[in-house]
Amino acid sequence: MSNFFKQFRILLLSQFREFYREPEVLFWTFAFPIGIAWVLGIAFSGESEQHRNIAWIKHNTKDSLTFLEKSASATGLKLTKDSTSGNFIMRLGSHNEGFSNLRFIPAGNSDAELMVKKGKAALIIEDYQDSIQYRFDPGNSDAHSTYLLISSYLSGRKEKTQSIKKLEAPGLRYIDFFLPGLIGMGIMSSALWGISFSLIEKRSKKLLRRMVATPMSKSAFLSSIIVGRMILSFIENVILFLFAKIYFSTVITGSLAALLIVFLAGNLFFSGVAILVSSRTAKSQVGNGLINAITMPMSICSGIFFSYHNFPDWLVPFIKVLPLTVLADDLRSIFIEGAGIAEIIPGTMILTLCGILITVIGIKIYKWY
Amino acid sequence: MNDPIISVNSVIKSFKDVKAVRGLSFSIQPGEFVALLGPNGAGKTTMMEMIEGIQFPDSGDISIDNTTWKEAPQKLRSLLGISLQETHFIEKLTVLETLQLFSSFYSGSQVAVDEIISLTGLTEKKNAYTKNLSGGQKQKLALGVALLNKPSILLLDEPTTGLDPSARRDVWEVLHKLKNERGMTMILTTHYMDEAEFLCERIIIMDKGTILAEGTVPQLLSRFSKSEKIEFISAGPVNPGLFPKENLQKSSFLGIKWELVVEDIVSYLPLFLNEMKKNNIELLSLECKKMTLDDLFISLTGRSLNE
Repeated sequence: MSNFFKQFRILLLSQFREFYREPEVLFWTFAFPIGIAWVLGIAFSGESEQHRNIAWIKHNTKDSLTFLEKSASATGLKLTKDSTSGNFIMRLGSHNEGFSNLRFIPAGNSDAELMVKKGKAALIIEDYQDSIQYRFDPGNSDAHSTYLLISSYLSGRKEKTQSIKKLEAPGLRYIDFFLPGLIGMGIMSSALWGISFSLIEKRSKKLLRRMVATPMSKSAFLSSIIVGRMILSFIENVILFLFAKIYFSTVITGSLAALLIVFLAGNLFFSGVAILVSSRTAKSQVGNGLINAITMPMSICSGIFFSYHNFPDWLVPFIKVLPLTVLADDLRSIFIEGAGIAEIIPGTMILTLCGILITVIGIKIYKWY
Repeated sequence: MNDPIISVNSVIKSFKDVKAVRGLSFSIQPGEFVALLGPNGAGKTTMMEMIEGIQFPDSGDISIDNTTWKEAPQKLRSLLGISLQETHFIEKLTVLETLQLFSSFYSGSQVAVDEIISLTGLTEKKNAYTKNLSGGQKQKLALGVALLNKPSILLLDEPTTGLDPSARRDVWEVLHKLKNERGMTMILTTHYMDEAEFLCERIIIMDKGTILAEGTVPQLLSRFSKSEKIEFISAGPVNPGLFPKENLQKSSFLGIKWELVVEDIVSYLPLFLNEMKKNNIELLSLECKKMTLDDLFISLTGRSLNE
């Protein structure tokens, strides 16, 4: 047993040396997630103003005003001409609801359609003297919201009974939604790329074959890789959280013990997947494709960047059972909803049991030579 | 004679439609240095990997120190020192750290890492990352890793392939030192005839998965050919009718030089030189050569070892 720990310790140490001696890896592991959190946190939580382009087809004579121009002046809105581009800018909104800059780009019919095709504008306005017609794809949410915004302002909204209050409290902002997802995705990426790639590379360079030609304990070898990756992932996520806490005042409202349990279960599951993925793959290009095939769909579907409830209803039950969804949902419930150990038991049990099963299968079919 | 430390009996190994090893049998005595010599594709590496326990025979058996891979894999792993044909170590570990890592895998008595570093001549490079080592230094490190567990049997698969002549000599020197000082048994595969001749007492010549011949270098050469060669270049043309007929087996003109294959060079040479002098033929160069293992291989297969 003491020999197991001796091997484990030196294998673990070798792994850390290999890691911290690669500056590029340090950047992608530690700096990149912080950069992503910062950029997306700022982009969706800050005071930034939105810009919306509208293709504007005017049907009027030289001396007469269009419906839009008349309505704007009647409701006190300014339609300012930008002398360099020739476009017209209308600024709508308030501090609480955020500001939108509507950019009306004068165009002929064919130019306007081309702008929509190229994604340069989402909406076309046919502006007559006494009426206005909106042309857009109702399935395009950007176009739809632009339409609602313009039509509501042009009809002169003066509702006193309705008001808007900005969501600013920690827990309710985009960064609070995004951070737990980012941590979940970090656990998945760290295990899959870190463990699988390292094992596949050792096999393709015949180092694995050389190592198992000695009396090396295979369990010491595999567990040192899994534990090493888990420690690095822990450091990575603590740094990420500290950044979010200092910069965005993010808080963990639930139990820290529950958070640790979910972290371990997530790592265990994805380490098992990593071992399975690398169990017979001898080429790094094949490994690359396999890992992308697993991580990409989950990164998109599992509600990391935006809620998976935006997907069609029939798809949501399938998304909910994806391992990354289970992990991200549990993390989010601890961060935002104040969940404790009891709430995370079902998800954690699923991840742990599946993780153990997948690891056992991976080891059974593992190609050491 | 002692019991053999390695004995290989009727071993067959195939990959898909290629028969890599076709019923090989041989044995190695304790303390012997033996070369498996043959061109690429001869089945040397497959045979070596079966002795190393990395591959297993389709049929036949291999016994090492009176045990087999099925019976006592951990014992055999501790007994053997292995250097594979191609190993890349962890690039960002130093020579010292790599040796420490591999040293941790063995539990019995070991050679101190510093001693290995000095034995393999890597003292100046001990803190260099393995990615920064030259080909020769990498081979020395691979050899050092193979020696960590004080192996009684050393298995080296093409330890100098791809190295320049000076790096090859360096590796040979280390192996020569081991042979003289440590009394271990060694099998090495190579397609360099000079390497096999320099390092090993016994040579097993292989081709297409079979053994063509085995023995010491003089045994092999005398068993298959008693011939010797005279090569010369003359200032002007020579009529082959002038060569003394006694003892002459074959004469051939190879572009610029003549090659005479004779039975006994000591008795033939004075007659030959006398004949040349008598006919005023000026010799620009003259070399007397023994037949080599490569000549032997050509005579057995019609191909050179390096093809």
